[in-house]
Amino acid sequence: MQWIPGPNEGDKEIPGGGGMKEVKKSVPKVDSIGLILGKPAYTDDLAPKDSLVVKVLRSPHAFARIRNIDVSKALKIPGIECVLTYRDFPRIPITRAGQGFPEPSPWDKFVLDEYVRYVGDEVAVVAGKDERIVERALESIEVDYEVLEPVLDFEKAEGHPSIIHPEEDIEGLYDPKRNLAAYYEMSVGDVEEELKKCDVVVKERFYTQAQAHVMMEPHSVFSYLDLQGRLVIVTSTQVPFHVRRIVARALDIPIKKIRVIKPRIGGGFGGKQAIHGEIFTAAVTLKTGKPAKYVYTRKEVFEATYTRHPMRIDVTLGANKDGTLKVIDMEVLSDTGAYGEHSLTTLMVSGSKTLPLYNKVKAVRFRGKVVYTNHVPAGAFRGYGAVQGNFALESAMDILAEKLGMDPVEIRKKNMIKEGETSPIFKIMGEGREGVEMVIKSCKLEECIERGKKIFKWDEKFKKRRRNGNRVRGVGMAIAMQGSGIAKIDMASAVIKLNDDGSFNLLVGATDLGTGSDTILAQIAAEALGVSVKDIIPYSSDTDLTPFDKGAYASSTTYVSGNAVKLAAEKMKKLIVEEGAKKLGVDVEEVVFDGKAVKAKDGKSSITLKELATILYYTENQKQLVASASYVPDEAPPPYIASFAEVEVDEETGKVDLIEYVTVVDCGTPINPNLVRVQVEGATVQGIGMALFEDVKYDKRGRLLTNNMMFYKIPSRMDFGKITVDIVESYEPTGPFGAKSVAEVPTDTPPAAIANAIYNAVGVRIKELPITPEKVFRALKMKSEKISSES
Amino acid sequence: MKVEMTVNGEKKVFEADPSDTLLDVLRRNGYLSVKKGCDTGTCGVCTVLMDGVPVLSCIVLAGKAHGHEITTVEGIENEMREFAEKLAQEGADQCGYCSPGLVVMVYALKKMYSNPTEEEIKKFLIGNLCRCSGYQGQMRAIKRFLGVGE
Amino acid sequence: MRIKNYVRPHTLEEAYRIISENERAVVLGGGSFLRLSFKEIDTVVDLQDVGIDFIEEKEDAVDIGSMVTLGELERSDVLRKLYRGYIPKFVGIIWSVQLRNIATVGGTIFPKWGFSDFITGLLALNVDVHLYKSGRMKLEDFLKTKIGKDILVKISIKKEERETSFQFLRNSLYDFSLLNLSLSCKKGRDFKLAVGARPGVAKPAEKTVEFLNSVDEPLKHLKEATEILLSEIEFGDDFRASGEYRKHLAEVLFKRALEEVLSHEG
Repeated sequence: MQWIPGPNEGDKEIPGGGGMKEVKKSVPKVDSIGLILGKPAYTDDLAPKDSLVVKVLRSPHAFARIRNIDVSKALKIPGIECVLTYRDFPRIPITRAGQGFPEPSPWDKFVLDEYVRYVGDEVAVVAGKDERIVERALESIEVDYEVLEPVLDFEKAEGHPSIIHPEEDIEGLYDPKRNLAAYYEMSVGDVEEELKKCDVVVKERFYTQAQAHVMMEPHSVFSYLDLQGRLVIVTSTQVPFHVRRIVARALDIPIKKIRVIKPRIGGGFGGKQAIHGEIFTAAVTLKTGKPAKYVYTRKEVFEATYTRHPMRIDVTLGANKDGTLKVIDMEVLSDTGAYGEHSLTTLMVSGSKTLPLYNKVKAVRFRGKVVYTNHVPAGAFRGYGAVQGNFALESAMDILAEKLGMDPVEIRKKNMIKEGETSPIFKIMGEGREGVEMVIKSCKLEECIERGKKIFKWDEKFKKRRRNGNRVRGVGMAIAMQGSGIAKIDMASAVIKLNDDGSFNLLVGATDLGTGSDTILAQIAAEALGVSVKDIIPYSSDTDLTPFDKGAYASSTTYVSGNAVKLAAEKMKKLIVEEGAKKLGVDVEEVVFDGKAVKAKDGKSSITLKELATILYYTENQKQLVASASYVPDEAPPPYIASFAEVEVDEETGKVDLIEYVTVVDCGTPINPNLVRVQVEGATVQGIGMALFEDVKYDKRGRLLTNNMMFYKIPSRMDFGKITVDIVESYEPTGPFGAKSVAEVPTDTPPAAIANAIYNAVGVRIKELPITPEKVFRALKMKSEKISSES
Repeated sequence: MKVEMTVNGEKKVFEADPSDTLLDVLRRNGYLSVKKGCDTGTCGVCTVLMDGVPVLSCIVLAGKAHGHEITTVEGIENEMREFAEKLAQEGADQCGYCSPGLVVMVYALKKMYSNPTEEEIKKFLIGNLCRCSGYQGQMRAIKRFLGVGE
Repeated sequence: MRIKNYVRPHTLEEAYRIISENERAVVLGGGSFLRLSFKEIDTVVDLQDVGIDFIEEKEDAVDIGSMVTLGELERSDVLRKLYRGYIPKFVGIIWSVQLRNIATVGGTIFPKWGFSDFITGLLALNVDVHLYKSGRMKLEDFLKTKIGKDILVKISIKKEERETSFQFLRNSLYDFSLLNLSLSCKKGRDFKLAVGARPGVAKPAEKTVEFLNSVDEPLKHLKEATEILLSEIEFGDDFRASGEYRKHLAEVLFKRALEEVLSHEG
């Protein structure tokens, strides 16, 4: 798949920022016009026309064992080329989670198994000439299920008589006999002792729901054998290198026999940070020798990919009456569904990316369990546990503020983390294991709050609830942090090569999900080289042609991949200077490269980059200038955000309208301010969806009721009011040109900010997401019944 | 069965199964700008114009479209290039999957209404979901394209 | 969804013959909700060529052919002038522009969908449906009658002086309603009232109407009227809302509708 940059609109001058020429510049994405006008670029657009259509027979039961499976009728249908059951695959336990090896997720999945563990779990794979024939074949497969009692309540899963993973040959599960996928605990100081000394204690329980990603492009993959008999997989994925490794393991074939390519993809948000259909098409291609394609239906995306981990979170806060927070105790129960992808890590992030916000407490404790249930497997989803933890912690902080009679902004300012500070949690809690010590080198959280207050007019609005008949307005706020990559675990790399016209190919493993990473990485390279971004041609995410990158997750691309690109570009610059000096017959110290030419400092000679590059290709001292670099971060500097919400609650119906939302982010240097802004807006709306609209719902037998977009509602254009995004620049010295990440942190704040605003409007606190009109109505009713029974 | 329709001004005859939707037929015959997103007529990425009005091609049966005029993004590239550029300048084209459907709708909006307010624009586009951008950048680009004020 | 045959007859007679002779033939309106009801269809009968896509304004009624799309209703000048634009207004909140350009009057009414805002909205007016075989009947009666194989040909909306109100509640606006309600009256008399998306299909509140018609100042008797309404209409649970909440919503929407129609007075 050759990558050609689209026509570049940057011919007119786009103002850059603060001494930097190519970063802090809102360069349009390199692939914009082509994609907007519908040029073929996504997986299904590129699949060979003669691909076999692959479909999967899925379990109608939430928990069952396959007594017998008879595929003989399917095999007889003309046009059917391949039918596979669990008997056809080597029995190798894997995790489908797209994480670095060894994955911190249990190896609890077999490609196909004799147990099915959720409605939608895979039973058989069929490949044939076209969709209709394959559907008929699916229907002709006869399965005799022994239906088992499913575990559908995560609060009753631990110790339930139904053991979801009874297999002997799985690894990495915490206590499968008790349905525990993971367990974690840590503490600093003595929580019980410190609580006794506190003037005020708040203890509350919160619930967050499963949320579906609903990326616009369903999961799609096709595979084929190339001329050398290698398996080529073209897939809509966030993690091409992990796909390659896991497919190799699952099918027991060497990694070198596989090439994975990511074309343009239609969104991921974590929902494509795992294996989905790749193993199936790969198996079909290997068996038949033919190209095979599997495009998920939207129903399959809902039923048989992933959701966010629903969690129950107990928060205890202890404080002095002057507002100093002394104790935080958080206990989490997380539902990972049928398989344990991302179970331990999301559990830990619910604490590791929330608790350090209030780093000066005397005692802090975090405990959590992740249980298996027969629900759709939970996996990675933007925020990755931090959203859930933030909803609980930031709601509890408001409850505390009220008890103390303090302004919610003031109590946060008093206790929140500041530049130059640290938290013991950084060292203790990492990615499924110990973390890394970190001193905060960039934090403008306070400025974010001040700026947000001003734009939002917080002081004016917080003083009074404004009433208009039955409609009451109220305001609330929340703060959040996230990370930038995973310290000491993530690795990204980049290769830059010089072309004879003075342009550069930038090869990165980094995965652009539509976020614009190709563009911003080109900007970083351009800035480091001192050339125009128009002369950088990015190509990404091809395991044969681009160097390794762990993939697009954990908010790592700008910071980790960006640093690798910067290092590679700096190396390239050095090479240019060396070759230029050689050509000019001058010492290396006597020349400079100004982006256009290598010039002798004495002004007597110079050679343009283009001339030099051409000579190096064809005429003199010929060589291909290539530079490569890898980067592993030593720390994961957090971006910060402060968000303010104004709601209007209809007291009669309980309907909540989000009138205004102001969110101010510190992501270090914004490499591309427009793309930062759009990322923040998009993440915010996903958070609003989680706060108010989205709910994954099952029936009594564990079947998904919300298995299409008619029933599962993501926010539409008309579902919220004005959103204002502002950026406060800090400078992160360890980041490329001062940058940190921004992709996840804006998702974290809407649920708490909105719940807090509703409380301030009508005096009811909803502790279970999503906050629906009915929940508000019931809470208001209970409140007025309580008042009338007390009077 | 054979279905005849005029696509982007060209008379076409397509082979179709009675179960096929207009979306199936268009994609099978190379109109790849029209995308499949949800199978239930909700997301809007499959939007095309049928006799000048926007419809969801994943719901319109191929047989129903027989004898009608279909317009996809491929047919309005020239008129909408300016809008594409404005969208790109905002950075609002994130994954791009919802963009062609949006382009068709904005084209229809421009033809059907003059001087829409922001509320009217939102209402007209409610059936074009976007999960990446939060809609704000799209609105900025649309307002600049239509020349309507703040 | 699998369809074996697609046919496009030229006359209603032909269309009716096909569906009466073939047990598994189905009339295709817009096809928007075909997927919801059928997995396998033998023959789909498309009525777009039989000439029932007209909006005809007559002396005392407006006739609308069943193949008219909701989008055409929304943009109709004739309907904009009727009942202060009541019909385009409630049609305009249904789903999306694109869907309204596909969904037809017949395809929305005939299946008696519970979630339908359209049916509820029409019940505030005096509307007759014309069926090919079963003949002409009030919309209310159509909803109560089990209709066999038949074709909805057109609806007739009576032209009169009515004040109307359409109320609904949704969480996301781009969704089905959790409850909807329509109300109209002629200067405080001759009320019509219906509640839909209960989640069951719209139902006229006959006893409540009788009560409203019997009192002089309905707003002064709101409590009693509401009690009657809540006792004569059933509300059920589904994954969107509980019956109990729907019942409460009915109370609120009824009050708002009554205030709206009576405020137009004088």
